[in-house]
Amino acid sequence: MNADAVKLISVAIAIGLGAIGPALSIGTIGSKAVEALGRNPEAESQIRTAMILSLAFAEAVAIYALVVALILKFT
Amino acid sequence: MPEISIKAESIFELFGFHITNSLILSLIVFLLFIIIAFVYTKDITASNKSGFFYIFNAMLQTIYGLFESILGSNTKLFFPVLSSFFVWILFQNWAGLLPGVGSILVKIEEHGRILHVPLLRGNNADINGTLALALISVIMIQVFGIKFLGLSGYLSKFFNFSNPINFFVGFLDILSEFSKILSFTFRLFGNIFAGEVLMTIIAFLIPFLAPFPFLILEIFVGVVQALVFSLLTTVFLSMAIAKHH
Repeated sequence: MNADAVKLISVAIAIGLGAIGPALSIGTIGSKAVEALGRNPEAESQIRTAMILSLAFAEAVAIYALVVALILKFT
Repeated sequence: MPEISIKAESIFELFGFHITNSLILSLIVFLLFIIIAFVYTKDITASNKSGFFYIFNAMLQTIYGLFESILGSNTKLFFPVLSSFFVWILFQNWAGLLPGVGSILVKIEEHGRILHVPLLRGNNADINGTLALALISVIMIQVFGIKFLGLSGYLSKFFNFSNPINFFVGFLDILSEFSKILSFTFRLFGNIFAGEVLMTIIAFLIPFLAPFPFLILEIFVGVVQALVFSLLTTVFLSMAIAKHH
């Protein structure tokens, strides 16, 4: 394998593995938020705020992987 | 493949200070921000208000309600800076999506080579812009923590010698203050820069109609990221000014 091929594979692995954890956690957050909404529809605004915040934290991990992948690809 | 650069390029130099393409767009948005602020303030006292005033007011009222659910009675004090964060990041994100941004190229000379770089670039797609916002936000949180709890009260959150576990937790809290800067910076930068790359690639693959749904997605991402930044600042602020038990 030459250096370019290794670089491309490393980019794909970085974002591919880095997306697994956030994907699972975002799914869990969404399902739990909908569950909470079903139990208690009056608390919609509080649930939404908490959901967006935890989504942001979960998504940040994927974004770190993406930044690493982009730096590998374009520098 | 179109060339994608992860850093903002400097267009020209002014007294040894590099004027980058992201700075130019940032200044344009800054002027727009000031104009909107003036129009809004003038409309508050005017007897017949423009439609723009009501749209803007509805937006501000929505986010005021959101901040109030977290900060409670302190919302009035912090609302100006938090809503400025929201509106500023929102405008910067949306300005990066305008036609012409990233597509108008200028010729510059670097190390004897002639390069074509975009004249305008979204400010939040430049890591310096998001780092500045993150530093402002985190330093502001520290300052208001000290102001509300007093210097000794605030420092006792971090330096607790009552038992080894509390000491270690305090040490972790110090680390988390620094990681806040990092996560604020990379969350905003990563989202907006990834959006820019996505738009470029899609427009390169299928130029006709295909970028349209992605454009809508990017508009949505711009709102969500502005909301996330200001909401996270609000939550950290409310934790910093709360009395420690």
